[in-house]
Amino acid sequence: MSEGERKRPDEREDDVSAASAGEQRTGALEDGVSAVNIGERRSGAPEDGGSAVSAGEKRTEAPEAGAAATGAGTSRPEAAETAADGARTEPAAPARRKETEEEKAARRKAALEAREAAKAAKAAAAAQDAAAQAGSPGAAQAGPQAASPGAASAGPAGAAAETNEPPPKPPSPNQPRLDRAVQLLRELVADDAVESASINEANDHLPTLVVRKERWLQAAKLFRSHEELNANYLRNVTGVDYETHMEVVYHLLSLDSGHNYAIKVRTDRDRPSVPSVTPVWETANWNEREIYDLLGIDFPGHPDLRRIMMPDDWEGHPLRKDYVPLDPEV
Amino acid sequence: MCVIRTEELLLNVGPQHPSTHGVFRIIVKLDGEIITEATPVMGYLHRGTEKLAESLNYTQIIPYTDRMDYVSAMTNNYVLVHAVEKMMGLTVPERAEFLRLIVMELQRIASHLVWWGTYLLDIGALSPFLYAFNDRERILQLFNELCGARLTYNYMRVGGVKWDAPEGWIDKVKAFVKSMYGKLDDYHALVSGNEIFLSRIKGVGAYDAETAIAYGLSGANLRSTGVKWDLRKNEPYSLYDRFEFDVPVGRNGDCYDRYVVRMEEIRQSLRILEQALEQFPPEGETMGKVPRVIRPPAGEIYVRIESPRGEIGCYIVSTGKAEPYRLKFRRPSFVNLQILPKLLVGESMTNLVTILGGIDIVLGEVDC
Amino acid sequence: MQRFWDDPVSWEAAGRYALVALALLAVVIVFVTYAIYFERKVIGWMQFRQGPNRTGPLGLLQTVADVAKLLVKEDTIPAKADKALFVLAPALAFIPSFTVLAVIPYGLNLPFADLNVGFLYYVALSGVTTIAIVIAGWASNNKYALLGGMRSAAQMISYEVPLVLSVVGVAMLTESLNLRDIVLRQEGYFWHWNVFPQIIGFAVFVVAAVSELNRTPFDLPEAESELVAGYHVEYSGFRFAFFMLAEYVYIYAIACLTTILFLGGWNAPFPQLDFIPGLVWFALKFAFIVFSLFWIRATLPRLRVDQLMGLAWKALLPLALANILLTALGIEWLG
Repeated sequence: MSEGERKRPDEREDDVSAASAGEQRTGALEDGVSAVNIGERRSGAPEDGGSAVSAGEKRTEAPEAGAAATGAGTSRPEAAETAADGARTEPAAPARRKETEEEKAARRKAALEAREAAKAAKAAAAAQDAAAQAGSPGAAQAGPQAASPGAASAGPAGAAAETNEPPPKPPSPNQPRLDRAVQLLRELVADDAVESASINEANDHLPTLVVRKERWLQAAKLFRSHEELNANYLRNVTGVDYETHMEVVYHLLSLDSGHNYAIKVRTDRDRPSVPSVTPVWETANWNEREIYDLLGIDFPGHPDLRRIMMPDDWEGHPLRKDYVPLDPEV
Repeated sequence: MCVIRTEELLLNVGPQHPSTHGVFRIIVKLDGEIITEATPVMGYLHRGTEKLAESLNYTQIIPYTDRMDYVSAMTNNYVLVHAVEKMMGLTVPERAEFLRLIVMELQRIASHLVWWGTYLLDIGALSPFLYAFNDRERILQLFNELCGARLTYNYMRVGGVKWDAPEGWIDKVKAFVKSMYGKLDDYHALVSGNEIFLSRIKGVGAYDAETAIAYGLSGANLRSTGVKWDLRKNEPYSLYDRFEFDVPVGRNGDCYDRYVVRMEEIRQSLRILEQALEQFPPEGETMGKVPRVIRPPAGEIYVRIESPRGEIGCYIVSTGKAEPYRLKFRRPSFVNLQILPKLLVGESMTNLVTILGGIDIVLGEVDC
Repeated sequence: MQRFWDDPVSWEAAGRYALVALALLAVVIVFVTYAIYFERKVIGWMQFRQGPNRTGPLGLLQTVADVAKLLVKEDTIPAKADKALFVLAPALAFIPSFTVLAVIPYGLNLPFADLNVGFLYYVALSGVTTIAIVIAGWASNNKYALLGGMRSAAQMISYEVPLVLSVVGVAMLTESLNLRDIVLRQEGYFWHWNVFPQIIGFAVFVVAAVSELNRTPFDLPEAESELVAGYHVEYSGFRFAFFMLAEYVYIYAIACLTTILFLGGWNAPFPQLDFIPGLVWFALKFAFIVFSLFWIRATLPRLRVDQLMGLAWKALLPLALANILLTALGIEWLG
């Protein structure tokens, strides 16, 4: 597009991904962040790994900047990648000329926001780097070091440093619960049981933990039986195929207290396997069968792991991203 | 040498069978008339909705949700659009939300009527089926006027609803609600006290609350055991926290309790409808401020609502694109059906039908 | 009556008998046709809908169309079915239903097989149908049919006992098993009918009769929603038509029997209505019973197998025995 060349790099990505007018943006940089989440590991701190995994969490300005500042330099080439991506997946983008005025206005607005966010991010990053070396401040952050003292100290420090920036988000109301859960797991299961823990703000501040799969069965038992957690109701088990790894997401509920937890267990893509929690929650039985059937994740410990949806003699696992049906007509 | 011996009979119930509520197969091992083992086989209606969703944008997925639980399509619509709206932080205008609530409650009544009619048909009474469908017909007519379809509505959109209520529609719904109270009493008089009916379902297929929770049951299946858990009250969504209604709860977890709970739910839905219709905003938008292309920010979300069958959930992993990266529906019928093999062991063949009907499944939802 | 025995054997007499028999056959066939039609209509009206109303004026030719369809259908016999028994079963089912009609008196002077053991003849022959159903279930080489056949055998045998015992009271009052004598004893008006002194017997008889007919609420053998038509699942075409025919002719027979045994046969209820011929009264009472059967079918759900057996042996049988005892005491003390 002729217009594209005239634009600045951070506008360029807006242009492509905002191929239609009036799109709501929550921050151009977040897009850049999300675009690289899947399948691309950013060089950098474990927090990046954490943020890549728990995608979609609303982060405070500071950590976002902390992540994005290192990536700010890289975000432009990545934005270009997104642009290229966008160009590939949306070849119709150049054709949408009907509402250029609106588009332009939206683009400019988004770009303005992005620039301000970048400015804020850089300033906050500078302040944060000065204030906390751990690199995991803020109300919700990835990393096993998400202890509340760390958050509390970084919070006011961050606030003091960013006087003319938007204040950091208040700690999530579920943060104490999350921390307690992490603590219990670390104490009663194993030190390395929890890979990361965060709060999914969009989802009603759902405490989300990533548990190592070797520890998962024990952790599940703990969740079920510990009187503080008491997660007796397994709401949902989902398998997700991120192209570099696979994940099984469990949504737990404690019926008495109404508390929800989300637990993710990661496994690698070739020979994926996650310990079965059917002995803990009977409802996992068919859910795991479905995941096995459609994604191919093995569940050692499952009483009867066989296909459930597809015919018994089906080859392949349809929900995988690289699934190619044997017979394309089917 | 013994010439006479007893053999175990392997009977195949389904996939074509009048009482399996769809294409569903149960392989039953019988000892005379007693079931010793039951193995459900499903997947006959698996259409790959979740896989398809990965290449469709969110508005395009809405018609697919209709076809999952086709008896209760409005709640399916809602769970998807609610998930997307939550991810994007969109607000839905008041009138649209009211319309959504009204159609969801009407849908709950319609779904329970289908359940009632077919359950009684399975038990052997021919007439309630017709009465239930007569009333359901009125609801479907209302839906037809509202959104042009009787079964698969494609009515809700991210940010609101597609069609506004036509002139006089609200009054028609009010009239329906009024008459339905009387009909409900008639149905109770016809069926609920019938000696034969009670002897057929009392004490059949009972389980306790522990089992129900372990198996992840939801809806009337869970409430019949005494667990008071209704997502409309415990995790309110839409406008349910504005209305007064009770959550019927059973005691013994048998088919009779499930029956009573569901019948009471119809009455409570009527109550909610009355209040909602009264408070219905006389004017307002039907669609909120929504971007042209629905692109939720990167992240994931799990929302759940109370469908007539239980907890229907929608888990979305988004990467910021217009299509979801992973879309999973937590279908209540699928989860509720897990308890069937356990309940059937030791029961007679006749009770198979009673128990299966009491769980209230829709195969479109089981197989997705 | 000795008259018919005394008639000389001649072509004329034989011709007369043949004509009467044919007339009766025609009546029965017409009844079956329109009983099916009315069943569908009545149940339809009770369910808020109309029954058949398209084939012929008001749908009156519906059954004719159905029978015609059944007759021209392909005659499928399952591959591994026992062919001889498979073919035998429908015939064995409907033949007794026609033979029992011989002992039904319709009026004081109308001809019929005047057996002294009329009722016993009826009960004995209707038991043959039970065998036929079991044969049908077995010969179909189908597990559903087998289950249905077994259930049916259990059911019909169980309910024959209370059926017969409930009539013993009537027989004691009449001191005869001849059906015409039973009606003659009820001569008078409705207070003479057996339904009042024998109310318990009447109740037991009605319930047992509905069960003998395999009708809802006792229609387990053909429980559509569980056994997918039970013992006649493999039958199609005219073989299926025979089973249906048997069922409806039995309805005819049971309704006639109920009328005769308990409702006074051809006797008028009130003296003022004496001028209406007995046959009309018979027909009215008969129609009422048939209607009640349809009504019950539209209303009640089905009983489960074990509940059904429990009902027969634990409820109806003791009641029937109690009825006999009470009747005996009544005869002894009240004359």
